[in-house]
Amino acid sequence: MTERQQVLYLWTEGSSLDEKVVGWAFHDGTDGAGPQLPDAERPGHAPYPTGLRALQDGWMLLQSAQLVPTAPGQEHMNAYLEYEFVFERRIRLA
Amino acid sequence: MTETAPTDHRLSTRRMAEFVANGYLRFDAIVPADINERAIEEMGRLAAERLLPEGMKPPHSLTPLDECYPPPSAIGEYLRLPQIRGIIESLVGAHPVFDHDWVHHIPGGGSYVQPLHVDAATDTADPTFDIQLFWYPAAVAPGEGGTRFVPGSHLTRVRSSGLHRYQHIVGEQQVACDAGTVFVFHHGLWHAGQPNPGDNDRWLHKIRLNPTERQVRRWDTSDFDTIQSPRTDHVFARMQPGSVAEIFRTWHPWMGITEYRNDQMQRALLWRYLTGDDDFDVDYYLTRLEGRSQLLEDRA
Repeated sequence: MTERQQVLYLWTEGSSLDEKVVGWAFHDGTDGAGPQLPDAERPGHAPYPTGLRALQDGWMLLQSAQLVPTAPGQEHMNAYLEYEFVFERRIRLA
Repeated sequence: MTETAPTDHRLSTRRMAEFVANGYLRFDAIVPADINERAIEEMGRLAAERLLPEGMKPPHSLTPLDECYPPPSAIGEYLRLPQIRGIIESLVGAHPVFDHDWVHHIPGGGSYVQPLHVDAATDTADPTFDIQLFWYPAAVAPGEGGTRFVPGSHLTRVRSSGLHRYQHIVGEQQVACDAGTVFVFHHGLWHAGQPNPGDNDRWLHKIRLNPTERQVRRWDTSDFDTIQSPRTDHVFARMQPGSVAEIFRTWHPWMGITEYRNDQMQRALLWRYLTGDDDFDVDYYLTRLEGRSQLLEDRA
């Protein structure tokens, strides 16, 4: 029996896990042998509409984004997607 | 005999405001078919020979656009089309210089993929900007290698490699278009080349141009007074329908409330530069911060 990790990044529109997902990335340590992401409810939308829905589908939260005060002079600049949640699930392969 | 005034191909104020809000403009099938057809052979030659000791070469950086790709050249014909020059003049003035260009050829079945990125280096507070023209001389079917891009991402301050982890962003688009379509990007727009699982080759000529003069009111401003909004145009107070402010309220799906408001402020700052109107604002965010001390003084 071999165990492999799948990792899911979700970026939400606010700092709470139950807010709308605006970006995602999936890395599959099983190389396709494990379960894949569900189809989005609508084309162009995320596989999970919120981070909470990922939890309900069996994903385990590894890390959530720290809330970092803006640097002086940078208060009104956008950069990266700010609210990043990292999940994993471990898949046993025969 | 009646003389006809030459057609003004410059952009309208409305189109310029859309560029500021979205970071790109799209012009479907703007390049005639005969130029597109001849350009593919020339693009193939440029791609194959540009790094060889001999053969076809791109212009040197800083070459005036008027001197790039002299005749006979289909690429030069495209760059000298009045409708293309009208777009260019509106955004970077009538005398831009060549920064660089590149041919991106993805054969049918090609699996090459780029991560999401921005070109060149991280931006500063300087509002001046370059444009990048993406010309697709052959039709691109949906999902067949068209460039992926994120509308509204152009005014962020990011490192290029920091974007690599974003496999999918809500609201992103992938180019699918007729032959001869041109997209014009603000240099900061997030984008990425995509695989081409289709049967047809995907061709793209990308050129970056630098302005050599202030980018202030270079477009056709005949609609300016009609749609320019006052600094008091405020979503929580009074609004002017059909105004620039309304265009600047475009809310891209990947933006939360903070990103949206920050971006409105950045759009307003860019519009100040483009119009020379240092008081311009949308939804009162800049005016409130800039004017607070003055209001307190006035009451003292």
